[in-house]
Amino acid sequence: VENVRLLDRFSSRRAVVGTLYLTATHVIFVENGSETRKETWVLHSQISSIEKQATTATGCPLLIRCKNFQVIQLVIPQERDCHDIYISLIRLARPVKYEELYCFSFNPKLDKEEREQGWKLVDLNEEYNRMGVPNNYWQISDVNRDYGVCDSYPTEVYVPKSATAHIIVGSSKFRSRRRFPALSYYCKGNNASICRSSQPLSGFSARCLEDEQMLQAIRKANPGSDFIYVVDTRPKLNAMANRAAGKGYENEDNYSNIKFQFIGIENIHVMRNSLQKMLEVCELKSPSMSDFLWGLENSGWLKHIKAIMDAGIFIAKAVAEEGVSVLVHCSDGWDRTAQVCSVASLLLDPYYRTMKGFMVLIEKDWVSFGHKFNHRYGNLDGDPKEISPVIDQFIECVWQLMEQFPCAFEFNERFLIHIQHHIYSCQFGNFLCNSQKERRELKIKERTYSLWAHLWKNRADYLNPLYRSDQSQTQGTLHPQIAPCNFLYKFWSGMYNRFEKGLHPRQSVTDYLMAVKEETQQLEEELEVLQERLANLQKSQSGDNKVKSKQQDRSNQIGLYTSSNSLANTPQEYSNDLKSFPSRSPSQGDEEDSALILTQDNLKSSDPDLSANSDQESGVEDLSCRSPSGGGCLPSEDSGKDSDEAVFLAG
Amino acid sequence: MEFAELIKTPRADNVMLHRPFHPAVEGTLCLTGHHLIFSSRRQDNAEELWLLHSNIDSIEKRFVGSLGTIIIKCKDLRIIQLDIPGMEECLNIASSIEALSTLDSVTLMYPFFYRPMFEVLEDGWSSFLLEQEFELLSSVTNEWRLSCVNKEFSVCPSYPPVVIVPKCVDDEALRKVALFRHGGRFPVLSYYHKKNGMAMMRSSQPLTGTNGRRCKEDEKLINATLRSGRRGFVIDTRPLNVAQQARAKGGGFEQEVHYPQWRRIHKYIERFNILQESFIKLVEACNDQSHNMDRWLSKLEASNWLTHIKELLTAACLAAQCIDREGASVLVHGSEGTDSTLQVTSLAQIILDPRCRTIRGFEALVVREWLQAGHPFQQRCAQSAYSNSKQKWEAPVFLLFLECVWQIHRQFPCSFEFNEQFLIMLFEHAYASQFGTFLGNNENERAKLKLPQKTMSLWSWVNRPEELSRFQNPLYEANSLVIWPSVAPQSLQLWEGVFLRWNRPSRFLEEAEEERINIIKYNKELQAKVNALRRQLAEMEADEETQEEP
Repeated sequence: VENVRLLDRFSSRRAVVGTLYLTATHVIFVENGSETRKETWVLHSQISSIEKQATTATGCPLLIRCKNFQVIQLVIPQERDCHDIYISLIRLARPVKYEELYCFSFNPKLDKEEREQGWKLVDLNEEYNRMGVPNNYWQISDVNRDYGVCDSYPTEVYVPKSATAHIIVGSSKFRSRRRFPALSYYCKGNNASICRSSQPLSGFSARCLEDEQMLQAIRKANPGSDFIYVVDTRPKLNAMANRAAGKGYENEDNYSNIKFQFIGIENIHVMRNSLQKMLEVCELKSPSMSDFLWGLENSGWLKHIKAIMDAGIFIAKAVAEEGVSVLVHCSDGWDRTAQVCSVASLLLDPYYRTMKGFMVLIEKDWVSFGHKFNHRYGNLDGDPKEISPVIDQFIECVWQLMEQFPCAFEFNERFLIHIQHHIYSCQFGNFLCNSQKERRELKIKERTYSLWAHLWKNRADYLNPLYRSDQSQTQGTLHPQIAPCNFLYKFWSGMYNRFEKGLHPRQSVTDYLMAVKEETQQLEEELEVLQERLANLQKSQSGDNKVKSKQQDRSNQIGLYTSSNSLANTPQEYSNDLKSFPSRSPSQGDEEDSALILTQDNLKSSDPDLSANSDQESGVEDLSCRSPSGGGCLPSEDSGKDSDEAVFLAG
Repeated sequence: MEFAELIKTPRADNVMLHRPFHPAVEGTLCLTGHHLIFSSRRQDNAEELWLLHSNIDSIEKRFVGSLGTIIIKCKDLRIIQLDIPGMEECLNIASSIEALSTLDSVTLMYPFFYRPMFEVLEDGWSSFLLEQEFELLSSVTNEWRLSCVNKEFSVCPSYPPVVIVPKCVDDEALRKVALFRHGGRFPVLSYYHKKNGMAMMRSSQPLTGTNGRRCKEDEKLINATLRSGRRGFVIDTRPLNVAQQARAKGGGFEQEVHYPQWRRIHKYIERFNILQESFIKLVEACNDQSHNMDRWLSKLEASNWLTHIKELLTAACLAAQCIDREGASVLVHGSEGTDSTLQVTSLAQIILDPRCRTIRGFEALVVREWLQAGHPFQQRCAQSAYSNSKQKWEAPVFLLFLECVWQIHRQFPCSFEFNEQFLIMLFEHAYASQFGTFLGNNENERAKLKLPQKTMSLWSWVNRPEELSRFQNPLYEANSLVIWPSVAPQSLQLWEGVFLRWNRPSRFLEEAEEERINIIKYNKELQAKVNALRRQLAEMEADEETQEEP
C-alpha cells in the first residue's frame, strides 16, 4: 500500500510518508523520497494488538502495539485498504499452528552441524554437574523418562537420594498437575538446596504420606539443618481460597520440621493488568511528572517487581546465611516459582551472572521446568487470559540488580532487551511451546535454531565493560537492600520506552567504554607488534628489514570512536506557547548538529532493533526470508532530516 | 564572644557513633569552636569524623536512664547518632552544639578562622573576574561594553560593581532603567551566543504598576539586543496572573504596546517556601525505612520535587531554544531576578555553551550567574531539610539548579568535564564550608565583610591539581554541540547521589566508578606507549635509511 503515513508518537508534525508491505513474516514500512529509504520492520509475532481508529479526513488510522513495547501509528489513505490490512494482520499476528511461526522459515545460513552445535551450547546435565550433583545426597531420577509422571517436567530430574520412585510418584499425585518437588539449585558449599514444586492437594485436611516423606528426604539431603523452609509465593488469601478447590498449602503439623512462609506475589492476571496500566502511562502524550509518578504507583508494577525480588532475597538468605534448604511453590509452580527460584539463584551464584550462566539459568528454571511460553506470550492464538509478562518481570529484576551492582554482571542491558525481544519474536525455537515434551514432539532442535548460539556468537556486543571476574561484586552472594529508599527501584525506560530513543540518555556510557576497551585491545596488539619490530631492528641494525606495517590505518581507526558519543539531537516541544517565527531560515546552523549523528549502538548485527529500522542496501525482494539480524545499518531514531527541524508546536 | 563559654563539656569518652551502613564505633567526642570531632580509640584502625557545626541542621536528644542519645541531622542530609554516657555531659554537649551551629554573626563563622594547610597556587577570589569575561566577548563582538555605573553599589545593591550592557546605552540611561526595575536590577548581559550573535539578558520585573508606567531607556536598552526587523522573547518565570497581580504592588511586566518587538512567554517556576517544603518532604520520603513500595512512590510524588525539576529544565530548554533555534534574543526575569531567573539563565548556558560543561567554565558560571548576580546564598542556604525554623527566605534554589545539571549530565555522560562528585561538593559548600565563597548575599555584602581578604576562596582549593583529579569525569570528550536534554518524566530520575547518599551502600557504585577510571587510564597509558614506540621506530628507520644511502 502506498502513501501511508507513519506518525511520530510525540509530535503529530513529524510524520513520514512511505509504502507499507505485508510479507509472510513481517510488516515493513519503507519511507519514500529520502535517499536513506528508512525502513521499519515488525515481526508478525511481535504484534500484540491492532486497533483501527475512526477515519479522518487524512485517512484511516491504524495503531499497532507490539510485545516489545513498540507502538506504531499508521495512517492509510483508503478505508478499504486499511480494513484489508487490519484483517490480514489480525490473522497473521495470531497463527494457529506452530509451523506458521517465523522460526520454521528463519534461516541464518548455518549448516546442520552448526545448528546442532548451537543447541548443545547450553547443556543442563553439565550445569547440574557444575552445581555438584549427583552426589551423596542427590541423584538423577528417570521416573519421568516418558513424561509418565508429569508431562510438564523434563525427563531428567534431580531428587534426594532417599526419595524412592514410590515416594516421588506418591508425592506427584498429591501435587497440582503432578509437579512434585525437584531440585532447582544446589549449594555446594553447605548442602542447602532450592527445590520447586506445585501446590499440594491438601484441601482442608488431606494429607499424603509420600509427600511428607518427600519433604523429609529434602531435609535429610542437607544434614547441617534440621528443618526446611516451605515458601508459598502466593498471597495467603489466594492460597486459602485454593483449599476450597481441594488444593492449598502445607499444614505445618503434618510435616515434620518444616517452616512455612507466605510471600505475597500476585497472580498472572494481576500482573497482566499492572503492565497494561503501566504501558498506558508510558503512552501518555506529554504527561506531567505527577501524572507519570501517580500512574506508575497506581499500576503497582514496581511493587510487584519488589515482591518478586524480596522473595528471591529471602530464599538466597536462607540458603547462604542460614544454610537451610527451601521448597518453593505457588499454584502450578511454573510462573512465580520460576521467577523466585531464578532470582534467588542469580543472587547466590556468580556463575548465573555471566552470559553463559544466564542462558543456563533461563534454560533450567524456565524452559526445562515447563514455563508455558506459548500461553504466556501468546505465540499462537489462544486464551488472552493466559497471557502475562512473567519472564519480563524476571528480566526486569535482573536489570534492577544491574543498576545496584554495576560490576556484578558479565552482560549488559542490551543482552536482557534482546532476550526479551526473542521470547516474543519466535525467530528461534528455544521458547516455543509450553513444555519440553511438546518441543520434543515438534522436533524443535532439528527444525529451528537456538537463540543462545546466536547471542553467543555476538557476545562482544553484550559485554558489560565494568565486569571483572576478580571484583567483590562478581563473587559470592549479592546482598541487595530491602527498603525502597535503600534499593531504588526505577522505571525501566530502556525497556518500556525502548523505541522512544529521545527519552534515553543521548550518550551511552556502556557503549563508550566498550569502544574504549576495544581500542585498548587493538593498542595492546599494536604494542606487541611494535615491540617486536623494535627488537628486530635493534638486532639487525644493518639489515634491510623494513616491514611496512599497517599502523597508519590503525591510527585512523582509533580516532573513530571518539565521535560516536557526541550524538546530536533535537529539542523537544518545551512550550506550547511558542510560535515559530516566519523569519526563521530553515538551514541555519544545523549542519553542525546533524553532521555528527551517529548512534548509541556501535553494534552491527544481532540487534533486534534492526527489525524496526532500516537497512539501506536491502532490496524489497528478499524481505520475506531475511533475518532482521542480518542487516548492517544502525538504528537511529533521531537521525538525518529530523534534526534540522526544530520542533515548535503551534499553540 | 569566646567559643569556650559555649562549651561546657569539651570532651566525652566512651561515646558510640552510629551511622547507616557502618558498624557502630566507640570513641571520644571533642567539641571545638567550629567542629565536632569524633575519634575512635582503636589503634589499628583509627577513624576520625570531623563535622562542622555550621553543617548541623537540627539536633534531637533522647534519654534512656543515664545514657543520652543525640541525633544530629546535617545540611548535607546525613544523619548520625551519638550515644553519650552521663546525663549532664550529654545535655551540655547538646546545648553547645545547638548554640554553635546557630551562630548569628557571619564573622564568627569558620571561614574567618580557617587557615589552609595547602599552598595557594592561585587566589580563587580573582580567578573569575568579569573583566576577563568581557575580554573574551570583545574578541567576537563590539556591541557591548563594560559599565562601572554600579561601582559603589549605589545603583543596584545586589549587582556587582561592573556589568556588561549594550554599547549604545550610557550610564545615565542605566541609572534611569535601574529606577524602573525591581531592586534596581536593570537588564544586563547574561550570555552571548557566538554561533548567531543572539544574547540572553536578565533583570528583575519592570515597575509598571497599575497605571502602566513606561521607561523609554528600558525599552531602548533591551531593543539594542535585537537585529533589525527581528523579535525577541521575554521569558517571565511567573504565571500570567501572578505577573498581573504584581502590578498592584508596583511591579509588573513588559506590555506589548511598549515592547512591540518582544513576545512574552510565561513559564512558571516555583519559588521560596513551596520549594523548601518540597525539599523537606522529599528528604523525609528518602529517610522512610518502610518496606512499602506504594508509600515510597506516593511520597516521592507528593513531594513534587521532580515536578520542579521538570518545570525548571523545560524553562531553561525553552530559553536555549529561542536563542539557538529561533535565532532570537531573550530577556529572562521573574520578580526579583535573583532566583528562578538565575536558574533559567545558567541552565540555558549549560545547554548552549560547551565551555560551561568544563570544570573551569562551570566554576565561572557559578561565580558569574549566582555569586556576582546576587543570589542571596546566605539567606537561601541558612537551613536545609531537617530544620524546623521554616524561614520564608530559605529555599533550595541552588540545589535545584545543581540537580538539573546532574539530570543533563546523566543524559550526556560524556559531555561534561566534571563528575557527579563535583556537583555534590558544590551543594555541600553552599550550605556549610570552611571557605568564604558562599558567605554573604551579594558582592556588596562580601566586600563589606572583606571576605577576599579575610577568608579563603573555595576555588583556591578546588583548582589545585590534587583536588581536581577527584572531580574529573573520566569519560569526558569535548562536545561542541548544543545538548538538548529530554524533559519527559521517563527521562528524569531522583538524584540518588544527594538524596540517598547516606541511605545506600555506596561500595558497589564506587567500585564501578573506579573501574571506569581504570579502563580509561589503561587506555591512555597504552596510547602513550604506542605513540612513543612509533616515534622511536620512525627515528630508527630514518637513521637506517640515511645509513643505507651512502
